[in-house]
Amino acid sequence: MNVIETSGLGKRYGNTWALRECTLAIPAGHVAALVGPNGAGKTTLLNLAVGLAEPSAGGVTVLGGLPAGSPAALDGIAFVAQDAPLYKNLSVAEMLHLTRNLNRLFDQDYAKARLADLGIPLKRKAGRLSGGQQAQLALTLALARRPRLLVLDEPVAMLDPIARHDFMATVLTAMVDDGVSVLLSSHVLAELERVADYLILVSRGRVQVAGEVEDLLASHRVLTGPAAEVGTYAERPVVHLRRAEAQAHLLVRAAAGDPVPPGWETHPVSLEELALAYLREPGAAALPGPARVRALPLEAGEPSEVTR
Amino acid sequence: MTALTLPARPAEDAGLRPVPWRRMAWVTWRQHRIALAGAVVVLGALAVYLWRTGLQIHQAWTAMVTCHPASSYACGQSAGLFNTRFVPREVVAGILLTLAPALLGAFVGAPVLARELETGTFRYAWTQGFGRWRWTLGKLVPLAVAVTAATGALSVLSWWFFQPFFADNFGTPLAPALFDLRGVAYAAWTLAAFAIGALAGMLIRRVVPAMAATLAAYFGLALLPGLWLRQHYLPPVLTTSNTLPNFAWTISQWYTKGGKFAFAGVQKSGTNAGIEQYWCPHASPSETLGQCLAQHGYTQWTAYQPATRFWPFQWIEAGWLVALSVLLIAATVWLVRRRAA
Repeated sequence: MNVIETSGLGKRYGNTWALRECTLAIPAGHVAALVGPNGAGKTTLLNLAVGLAEPSAGGVTVLGGLPAGSPAALDGIAFVAQDAPLYKNLSVAEMLHLTRNLNRLFDQDYAKARLADLGIPLKRKAGRLSGGQQAQLALTLALARRPRLLVLDEPVAMLDPIARHDFMATVLTAMVDDGVSVLLSSHVLAELERVADYLILVSRGRVQVAGEVEDLLASHRVLTGPAAEVGTYAERPVVHLRRAEAQAHLLVRAAAGDPVPPGWETHPVSLEELALAYLREPGAAALPGPARVRALPLEAGEPSEVTR
Repeated sequence: MTALTLPARPAEDAGLRPVPWRRMAWVTWRQHRIALAGAVVVLGALAVYLWRTGLQIHQAWTAMVTCHPASSYACGQSAGLFNTRFVPREVVAGILLTLAPALLGAFVGAPVLARELETGTFRYAWTQGFGRWRWTLGKLVPLAVAVTAATGALSVLSWWFFQPFFADNFGTPLAPALFDLRGVAYAAWTLAAFAIGALAGMLIRRVVPAMAATLAAYFGLALLPGLWLRQHYLPPVLTTSNTLPNFAWTISQWYTKGGKFAFAGVQKSGTNAGIEQYWCPHASPSETLGQCLAQHGYTQWTAYQPATRFWPFQWIEAGWLVALSVLLIAATVWLVRRRAA
């Protein structure tokens, strides 16, 4: 089952496309990270998936074919929006009661036990909780609904490192123990590297990379060799080229066992390196289906360089 | 941190019944009880004012009409007292009653959606299992019923409050300033104000501007019927008689001679336009202008709305206001359903 499936999905605000030609299928059972710079279209994609926005083009279905925003979809998806909006004048207990009243399922015992664990007092007004506590409360409310898919928009952006760690631990627990699929967005990749096993990279309103982290890492290598010989290594699809004095680093699509030209070294790529390389090359893409990565056009316009 | 695990989600029960409506009642009550309490305080204070002043007015009026002999100095004084003391209070009550629906629309109606949109909590509310158009309806309908019922109750009190003034040949009950402060029209105006507030909140998405817009739109709408609409609710009655039934609302007057229109006469509230004076410059004090004109062969026509049409007019006005309110609330729900984020 795909928790989210889009085809040709686009959203336009006025004359600006916030997201366009987005075709995706995120399978169930993953912690999927939606990564991209600010303004890349992450929030737009999430809003479309949870039914807060209507597509301008294409379509989106969730949880194995349900229309986004339909009653069954709302029932199965819990969404925590950016900055975890809560009613500031309601107490924590009232937020629980509110969420319980608005949903078919709500596990009050789980929510209470979790809040007790976190040391969040039930009587305190939501608006007087710390940022980390507010995020945890919003996450607790979402998980107590027993969703099949948990969607989190920039969940850790406002949190300090300890709160981030605790937050992510909770997300992982829910995923591992209860089989909740998770889709979370962030512009900080480092936080996600530990938890995400599926990566979707968006930039400038387009999806650039989508796939399981394992597959992505297995199909990309970094090649290091003399800068002068870059031109001779053109047969492989090169994502990104970085030159550091005499050395050039190429991120290429290649498996571990692929032959390496003489004088070049190869080593595996980290998820962060991979994401950064793609984000610096908006023209490159790694999507399921026919590979759309271009061959390196060395003589004409070279890929942008980042020189150390 | 101990790892808490969720019990397995129960097998998907077939059909997936929606979350029952009654669960929304607590949500609406909890989130709007302060606004409702404020409304109760304001309307309660207004009711106390109407009650206390009303008692005095009724006493003074009873003293005035039972005074014997009517021509005595004491009776003249009691009539004078009634006019100087209580007519201003009647005006004050009228102003307060006019403001109440507008304030309810601005303070109860406008924030319902504007606050959610302004603070971003709509992202929470509209992604819960209840569903967002049901959520909107579950909020707007009970609140609309509450404010309408409250002002409906107040209109009973205001009916009693104004009673002596109409008994005293004070004016027509159809007069623009007082017509919609009594009867079913008053509650209907409140409903309309609430609906305007709700829609303004959805369109403007910010609390304070939405409240201001609600006040402006409401007062703009409230001016319409008195000035142009109400006199056309039913075709006016035409008469050539010089004496109109008690409390009739005169719409217009004109003169004909030999079956042809001659000139327009006294306007609704104006005094003689002067043109009659041209035809009857020497009307002696003993004969009225009308009699003089009749002697010259003119027929005076008067179009008026009889006071007996008070209730039909009340229902007509309440009817179109309720229809308008239903339309506005439906438009709000449609907007919530259509657009967001």
